[in-house]
Amino acid sequence: MRFATVFAVAAVAVVAFGATAVVAQQDPIAARKALMKESGKATGAIAKMAKGEAPFDLATAKQSFATMQDVAAKMPALFPADSKTGGETTASPKIWESMDDFKAKFVKFSADAKAAEGSVKDLDSLKAALGVVGKNCGGCHETYRVKKS
Amino acid sequence: MDMDIRPAEGSPMLRKLIGLGLVAVVIGFAVFWFLTAPQSVPASALGPHTVDLANGKTLFDVGGCVSCHAPNKDDRTRLEGGIALKSPFGTFYTPNISPDPKDGIGSWTEAQFVTAMNKGTSPEGEHYYPSFPYTSYQRIAIADLRDLFAYLKTLPTVQGRARDHDLPFPFTIRRLLGGWKLLYLDGKPFRPNPAQSAQWNRGAYFVNGPGHCAECHSPRDALGGILSAERYAGGPNPEGEGWVPNITQKGLASWSVKDIAQVLQNGFTPEFDSVGGSMAAVVRNTSQLSEADRLAMATYIKSLEPVEGPLRPAKKK
Repeated sequence: MRFATVFAVAAVAVVAFGATAVVAQQDPIAARKALMKESGKATGAIAKMAKGEAPFDLATAKQSFATMQDVAAKMPALFPADSKTGGETTASPKIWESMDDFKAKFVKFSADAKAAEGSVKDLDSLKAALGVVGKNCGGCHETYRVKKS
Repeated sequence: MDMDIRPAEGSPMLRKLIGLGLVAVVIGFAVFWFLTAPQSVPASALGPHTVDLANGKTLFDVGGCVSCHAPNKDDRTRLEGGIALKSPFGTFYTPNISPDPKDGIGSWTEAQFVTAMNKGTSPEGEHYYPSFPYTSYQRIAIADLRDLFAYLKTLPTVQGRARDHDLPFPFTIRRLLGGWKLLYLDGKPFRPNPAQSAQWNRGAYFVNGPGHCAECHSPRDALGGILSAERYAGGPNPEGEGWVPNITQKGLASWSVKDIAQVLQNGFTPEFDSVGGSMAAVVRNTSQLSEADRLAMATYIKSLEPVEGPLRPAKKK
């Protein structure tokens, strides 16, 4: 049963990222929104475990943190200068004003997710790891995301 | 035959008219002066009170003092002010509210603090600008304000006054705010609804009073006052950029009470999107509250009747 779960989760991830790579060439805004949604889904999977709404599953937890690292690796390249507006983007103009700091945020996100992937072994360590990794979300969004409508 | 019927210079008729005109102006000014007088809460209105510092900290967290008065995100205790709040009326700079006796509020009396929060009047007897959200803070009970004041005084003193506001004339005339207050400040404390549960009432008190959620989540009119018929229905961010969501059931129909409590705890929406912009700062405050208090606020917010808010700007494709 566990192998099937891991396989299913991995298969979905592979397909999702394959699709994302194609879209990225043509439409960075759609690509980055899709990646953020992947990150949200990965967060949701472990948050549900942390809240006791889903049984703890180590493979799924590690996969979530792996997904986050993949997202963090792909995101920085999806903000070319001509993608500031359009496509209902919620990217703040501040991104292009402080591109170095923006990119640094993904480096930190990846590092935190990698550490979490290594440290998670049970529900308690998952909760602790989620607390650390979760701070990256709000920390970046506070400055670099603006809901325009 | 032409008849020159204009009164000659210095005629009794003209003098009477000028005289009446002057009297009208003086009376008009006196009425204006009376109506715009800053109100205060006298010390005699404050009876005996036993301070509850834990309650004071709760008020501090839900009141969101840090978000406007503590420029260093990593230190919630240094309330040195100096944060810029851009508005359609100019830019406001928040003051030092640390307990420093010279540059902060350390030498204030309890009555002066209550007056500032409930009436929007400074210890010098001047109106504060409503960028300081006393339109919400007017709902906070005096006992809670006294606990909050006591808690603020346990925080470190910080020296240095913040810079003055950057406002164009005539917004520099504080007395005019007396007129604004007549329109937008009703001076009433929070009144619990006996038909609702204690939890709902706690939430209603927190959300409408110290939480001051409506200040961002409501559209405003030309004078900068909240459009009460569209309270909580979202609108342009009064702090400048972006759009603030509708949190009535028009906007949050698919959210449960637990979903709302979750966003207040860690900023995650039901889809595990992470709130950004000004709301991230709010979550830094509400995450400090007890789970019970977040659930109370969520219970109240979930009960808000659906209200259609202002139209969002056209999405750029």
